[in-house]
Amino acid sequence: MTTTTLAVLVPLLPFLGAVAGLLLGRTAPGFVRPLAVLPTLAALVLAALVAARQGGGAAVDAATELTPTGSVPIELALHIDGFAALVAVLVGLVASCVQIYSTGYLRDDPRYPSYAALVSLFTSAMLLVVYTGDLMVLLVGWEVMGICSYFLVGHYWETPQARAASLKAFLVTKLGDVPFLIGLFALATDAGSFRITRILGTVASGGLDHPTPIALLLLAGVAGKSAQFPLHTWLPDAMAGPTPVSALIHAATMVAAGVYFIARLLPVFEASQAAMVVLAVMAAVTMAGSGLAALAQDDIKRVLAYSTIGQLGYMTGALAVGDRGAAVFHLLSHGAFKALLFLAAGVIIHAAGTNSLAAMSRMRNLRDRIPDAYWTMTVALLALAAIPPFSGFFSKEAVLGVAEHVVTGHTEHEPAAAGWIVLVAALLTAVLTAAYATRLWLLAFRGRGAEAPDHGRQPLTMTVVLWVLAVPSLALGGFAFRVLPDWFDGRDLGPTLTTSVLGTGLALVGGIVTYAAWRHTTALAARVPLGAVAAHPEGDAARVEAEAIAAHEPAYGDIAYAPDPADPGRLLLGPLHRHAAAGFHLDAVYTALFVRPVQAGASLVRFLDREVVETYVRGAGALPRWLGTAVRRSQTGNVQTYVSALLAGTVVLAVAVVLVATGA
Amino acid sequence: MHLAYPAVLSALLFCTGLYGVLARRNAILVLMSVELMLNAVNLNLVAFDVWLSRTAEETLHSGQALTLFTIAIAAAEIGIGLAIVLAVHRNRGTSDIDKLRDTAERHDPDGPDGPGHDARTSGPAGEAQKAEATA
Repeated sequence: MTTTTLAVLVPLLPFLGAVAGLLLGRTAPGFVRPLAVLPTLAALVLAALVAARQGGGAAVDAATELTPTGSVPIELALHIDGFAALVAVLVGLVASCVQIYSTGYLRDDPRYPSYAALVSLFTSAMLLVVYTGDLMVLLVGWEVMGICSYFLVGHYWETPQARAASLKAFLVTKLGDVPFLIGLFALATDAGSFRITRILGTVASGGLDHPTPIALLLLAGVAGKSAQFPLHTWLPDAMAGPTPVSALIHAATMVAAGVYFIARLLPVFEASQAAMVVLAVMAAVTMAGSGLAALAQDDIKRVLAYSTIGQLGYMTGALAVGDRGAAVFHLLSHGAFKALLFLAAGVIIHAAGTNSLAAMSRMRNLRDRIPDAYWTMTVALLALAAIPPFSGFFSKEAVLGVAEHVVTGHTEHEPAAAGWIVLVAALLTAVLTAAYATRLWLLAFRGRGAEAPDHGRQPLTMTVVLWVLAVPSLALGGFAFRVLPDWFDGRDLGPTLTTSVLGTGLALVGGIVTYAAWRHTTALAARVPLGAVAAHPEGDAARVEAEAIAAHEPAYGDIAYAPDPADPGRLLLGPLHRHAAAGFHLDAVYTALFVRPVQAGASLVRFLDREVVETYVRGAGALPRWLGTAVRRSQTGNVQTYVSALLAGTVVLAVAVVLVATGA
Repeated sequence: MHLAYPAVLSALLFCTGLYGVLARRNAILVLMSVELMLNAVNLNLVAFDVWLSRTAEETLHSGQALTLFTIAIAAAEIGIGLAIVLAVHRNRGTSDIDKLRDTAERHDPDGPDGPGHDARTSGPAGEAQKAEATA
């Protein structure tokens, strides 16, 4: 088979799996698990084959036009360069792990068939986005991912949190997608084509007439999808979905689609200095803000969600200084270790029966109950905190190194301001990342108090994938930074001495300070009892998690916050803690700015409809009704009255006929 | 005999019948008035037929034939009409057509509906009354 055929099969197989799963889910439940896992695994194998054949050489391009579509043609096009090939392998790997993990995690879930089919559909859409060479086809995959995300976040739709979160995720990402669509049209009008290769050719020859508006419009869509400030608010709430969904969609793949999109079209953005500076500011605010917010969250998954936002900020930061190699390198390593973090968090939530770090910090020996999750999570957290030699260190160093290059003026056209913004924010975030990673680890695994509940061993499907993902988290970076430049633009991705020392030093400082704060506060934990544990610890993991999410708000008063004086984050952040826990009140701002006006408008429309329009309708009906009432009065029931009326009518008619006949 | 005499007589008969139909309260008298009107028409038919056949070369006397039809139909009609009146009188205990107002629009409960209304609405009492009337 040719590389093109293989590449077409990669998104097609999970799609067929999804269709078959949706059709057969009810009639043949025995086929659901194979139909979920096997197509995704096959897609992974094929994606790896495509990557091996492509080998970082010349890009594979193929296109076919199904039907003429007017002025700007839309073609089914493939464009597989080194970025596409490697990102597809990552997507396949994470999706396969998530599907296998889900068979254990949602073991007893009655909605598992539709869940698995939607995950397959999502995987297929993401692979389509990765491989396609046509922006309209990319948009199709982009929107299919959006709707799958909506359904999967709302998987536990019995809980009000999940319903609200799924709606919020959908609306906020759509808010970015509208300008994105307009930006795509503007770009295609300027370039005369939706094909990425032709657009890049137009940009290279300077044929783009309006680079800044186009880039800013596209950035809005990217900010929505990749959860960048100011459209990031949906991602922490999206943690109300099942953990494997958080791992697949909200950590490793969908949110990376925005970054990947900029990486593909980086020359378009580079054509506008303003867009690059906006991108840099966006990345910096996102990184620093999410780091502070992550330090204050109580829900283990919300910590990881804010961490995802921050790491995506690193990627957009690398793009803002014009190096897509570093951005996609961080995307790959982050995809691996963040998926691992989420899947391990799912195991922890199942074992502890709660998603609250405050409750976990009052459990002894949680790490002995789940040794697999303990060790793999330690590896992933070290990678997240960018401690050498874990993979996160190398990819983060690549980002820092590029920013430092730009600052010192080693590159030609990137603005130095963007370099400074990204570098300072990235270094600040390195401290915060290490701090919240340490806090998460200490609170989850070093708790003191009552013995952790024992629910027996975790299912094998859930623990094996943790080790599978631990391998790239541990070793990907060290090997990849030498190999990857051949696949990417050829720029060096190796760590430089200055940024390595600076980054690692800051990370160590963050970790040590958090440890000291924890030592200081941990004595308080015993004095303030806290914690609510799921009502059905024997149920499968998904049920435990749904109950934990539903119980968090009644138990602690807020979905993100717990009144726990033993939290080292509270000591470190001081008065900022309360604001950071609420995501710096951005939700309240949005409520005041958008939600309230929309609701006021809705009640105005309801008033106009009920009171104004309906009055006219009632008025139109009233006149005939009055006439009818008047006419009904003549119906007395007296036959003689009727006959009299008949006679009168006859006389009138006769007189009229006589008058007409005589011509009077 | 001049045509004016039967014509005036039939007009008088018809007007008497019309007055009876419109003014009498007893259903049987109303039916009798209807008979008067029918016979006024019959008289007209016969008179005009005779008057027209005088000048005609040959005639079928269709007016007189029609009169026979009218008489036959009037006989049938009065038979059915009297049967209905008898049935109504047995059911309602009256044949006063001012009180037979079941076809009236009854939007207000205290309308001029009379015993018909009562018989319809007061179920068991109406049934008892009906049983009494048929006995």
